[in-house]
Amino acid sequence: MTSLYIEYLPIAIFIAFAGGLSLLFALSSWVIGKQLPDSEKLSPYECGFEPFEDARIQFDVRFYLVAILFIIFDLEVAFLFPWAVALSDIGLFGFISMMIFLFLLTIGFIYEWKKGALEWD
Amino acid sequence: MLPVFFYLFSIIAIFSAIMVITTKNPVHSVFFLILTFFNSTGLFVLMGAEFLAMLLLVVYVGAVAVLFLFVIMMLNIDFSSLRAGMIKNAPLGLLIGAVLLGEIIFSFIGMKYGISEIPGNELFVKLSEIENTRALGNVIYTDYIYLFQCAGLILLVAMIGAIVLTHRRRENVKKQDAVKQTLRDKSDSIEVSKVEIGKGV
Repeated sequence: MTSLYIEYLPIAIFIAFAGGLSLLFALSSWVIGKQLPDSEKLSPYECGFEPFEDARIQFDVRFYLVAILFIIFDLEVAFLFPWAVALSDIGLFGFISMMIFLFLLTIGFIYEWKKGALEWD
Repeated sequence: MLPVFFYLFSIIAIFSAIMVITTKNPVHSVFFLILTFFNSTGLFVLMGAEFLAMLLLVVYVGAVAVLFLFVIMMLNIDFSSLRAGMIKNAPLGLLIGAVLLGEIIFSFIGMKYGISEIPGNELFVKLSEIENTRALGNVIYTDYIYLFQCAGLILLVAMIGAIVLTHRRRENVKKQDAVKQTLRDKSDSIEVSKVEIGKGV
């Protein structure tokens, strides 16, 4: 079991280093920088959205479409990983099985391309 | 070494799961849900199921949580009125919770006192010999090919359904059409006409 933790040690070091470094950047700009606040500097600015209102406004449903399509292809990629690892064991049958799967999703991809769902007007 | 991380992950997971259902602000609930997913990832890693752990990160944290945020942002729900029915729905929630708890207890008893009774236990044997991503890959695409193709069909239906439900072709949108632009020539864009003096075109 201990070898498992040795394998994850680089990731732990990476996370600790990334967290520490980003904390250092944020804190050092807060400590070193000159703070001269005025009302314009403190007012939030967001692209295209009014800063002072409820965050739960109704926005364009096309954002949702993009997110859904992203999830579907995300899941497709998730299926590809174990396939790629085990391809030498499962042989031609496994290969064809995945090709049918990819063919099905390619039909969907062509459909959404032709339908213009990937375009933002 | 092992129990420290286990207790760390599971305590944070349980705490944030409780916060998901008790915070007033639904956006905070989603963030606590993401924290729960992260800690479950840690628990999966501790169990040696790296593929499931990474899948949880990629699919749930990366995609599903974002969708939850979208839904919460997009729906115009009066959350105080939703909260009013909480006492009324509490028995149903307790029933579902009890069923889930019962399932966990039964599977725990099965694991403890007779692993051979559980269907699909041959996977357990394989898991101890090879890494689990490969073990999954060995069975998904061959032994469970019908379920795998079903998953593909479901994804296809989801894709088409999402497009049919939400995609609208907008009218009166001015767009650049490169092909049309370059295929234009002088004859259909310029007209030379003789204009008499004192009169318009």
